[in-house]
Amino acid sequence: MKYQSQKIAYLFFALSVLLLVLQIIYGFIMGLGRLGYDEWFHDFIPFNTARATHTNLLVVWLLSGFMGAAYYIIPEESQRELVSVPLAKIQFYSFALVGVVAVVGYHFNWWEGRKFLEIPRPLDYLVVINVLTFLGLILATLYKGKQRTTTAMVLTMGLVFAALLYLPGMVWFESQTLDSYFRWWVVHLWVEGVWELIMGGILAYLLIKLTGVDREVIEKWLYVIIGLTFISGILGTGHHYYFIGAPRYWLIIGGIFSALEPLAFLGMALFAFSMYRKGGKKHPNTIALYWTLGCAITSFAGAGLLGMAHTLPSVNLWTHGTLVTAMHGHLAFWGAYGMLVLAMISYAMPMMTGRKLYQNSRGQIAFWTANIGMIGMTTALAAAGVAQVYLERRMGMEFMDAQNEISVHFLIMLASASLFAFGIVLYIIDFFKYGRPVDTPSQQVEDSFIAVSE
Amino acid sequence: MFSKKNAQIFFFGGTFLSFAVFIGLSWHSIAYEIPKQTNSAAITEDVVRGKRIWEKNNCMGCHTLLGEGAYYAPELTKVIERRGPEMIKSILKSPTPWGPRGRLMVAYNMSEQDANDVIAFLTWCGNIDLNGFPPKPVLSQPTKN
Repeated sequence: MKYQSQKIAYLFFALSVLLLVLQIIYGFIMGLGRLGYDEWFHDFIPFNTARATHTNLLVVWLLSGFMGAAYYIIPEESQRELVSVPLAKIQFYSFALVGVVAVVGYHFNWWEGRKFLEIPRPLDYLVVINVLTFLGLILATLYKGKQRTTTAMVLTMGLVFAALLYLPGMVWFESQTLDSYFRWWVVHLWVEGVWELIMGGILAYLLIKLTGVDREVIEKWLYVIIGLTFISGILGTGHHYYFIGAPRYWLIIGGIFSALEPLAFLGMALFAFSMYRKGGKKHPNTIALYWTLGCAITSFAGAGLLGMAHTLPSVNLWTHGTLVTAMHGHLAFWGAYGMLVLAMISYAMPMMTGRKLYQNSRGQIAFWTANIGMIGMTTALAAAGVAQVYLERRMGMEFMDAQNEISVHFLIMLASASLFAFGIVLYIIDFFKYGRPVDTPSQQVEDSFIAVSE
Repeated sequence: MFSKKNAQIFFFGGTFLSFAVFIGLSWHSIAYEIPKQTNSAAITEDVVRGKRIWEKNNCMGCHTLLGEGAYYAPELTKVIERRGPEMIKSILKSPTPWGPRGRLMVAYNMSEQDANDVIAFLTWCGNIDLNGFPPKPVLSQPTKN
């Protein structure tokens, strides 16, 4: 850590892991509902409340992680302190407050009732002000900085576009079709578009730090990958327009371009691994390296391959609106964005606190148990989803009859979720053992490399 | 040799082109096709009020509509055709949770007017041309007797 203002990232990271825990708790609540054990809390937390809370907490913890990452990376890349730490603190506390108010509001029917964009309108305006403050700080730091690296520019571009794309979600339409049409401008173009820029930027930064490969090489490939992302992802939005009342040509366009979407993630995975091998050096923080490479691989599996599995119109006709989507959603978000944030935190914590906790085995166990748990959850949802498609859609069984047939898969889902939660708890124990950032780390942790013995 | 400059051109060029095509097609869809396919002239005040009730209660947090939502409760696009308005009205007006086979719905205890508005909204949704969704079952189902 070169600049004192980078420490502000700690607050965002702490919020991020706390909200992740809450998200997991709401996941269990939904699982109990699916198994029929929800009678004692259904009056306070019905499924729609749990669901809105679960998905919105995901968005908020990831955004908090991205913001923390930006506050950590941008000063270092532009070689100066953040322009204002007090403003960043205000931005943090107001961000946390809006998040908490939104989540509490969901328990009192205060929401918009639009999947992923449930945050009520008055809070939307506060989100806009908050994000503008954040972007102002980042852009001003970048502008006044000594250098503007490609990595910093790509990360910032992703953040700016993400903010702009929030706006179409704030327009109200009388037509459900148009409502849905523009809701995907936010949701799809975030996760299969501009968030991938943020991902590319953070991954490039981590690879530069962890592998020691020349910046020029890494940044060249970064452009290719984000190019692939936009070329496939923008027109790939069409895969959300197949069956909502939009014209038929979206079946062809969405089919072709969304079938190309895995290429961007494949590029990301090849990129990370070839840089890692090319580096030929070993950074002592192996846990950060695990999460970084894990993110590259799992995003390809979860977002790329499992997305591809149901994106073609002839398949999606049957799987649209079933648990197959939930299957893809879990591994995709975890791989591409969850692991990315955890990679960034794992890298930054030793730098900010001067402690080298990456030398213990807890972090390794956390990595493996969380990932195996998540793969178990995805597999359980895949079995449930495919069975649902055959029973309900292909054979015409009643919805609840089919649900009762597949309920056993939710036992596996809960068991796997417990393993996942165990891994996350271990990760968080490490997070708190690091303690708070210090002004002068007792042991200066640097990006010193250990030469690999060949 | 493929340089950083080429990579940059690939990114900015590709993004601009894709975005231009996307905006063009979206404009065409919204201006010409969607109004026809969704019969937007039939969006009455009742339908709009119904949509607001649909959103206020986050129905999408359990059900799916046009295949979008939460997969916890039945897909409702064609529900009026499937169940008829009377049954739906009685579920919406029920003061106790409707719980077919153990899975609970929130008891909305709706007024006659609100229930009618939701039914108007779902009726409008049911008439949208969805390019073949939801598909008719193609495999025979074991007979239930």
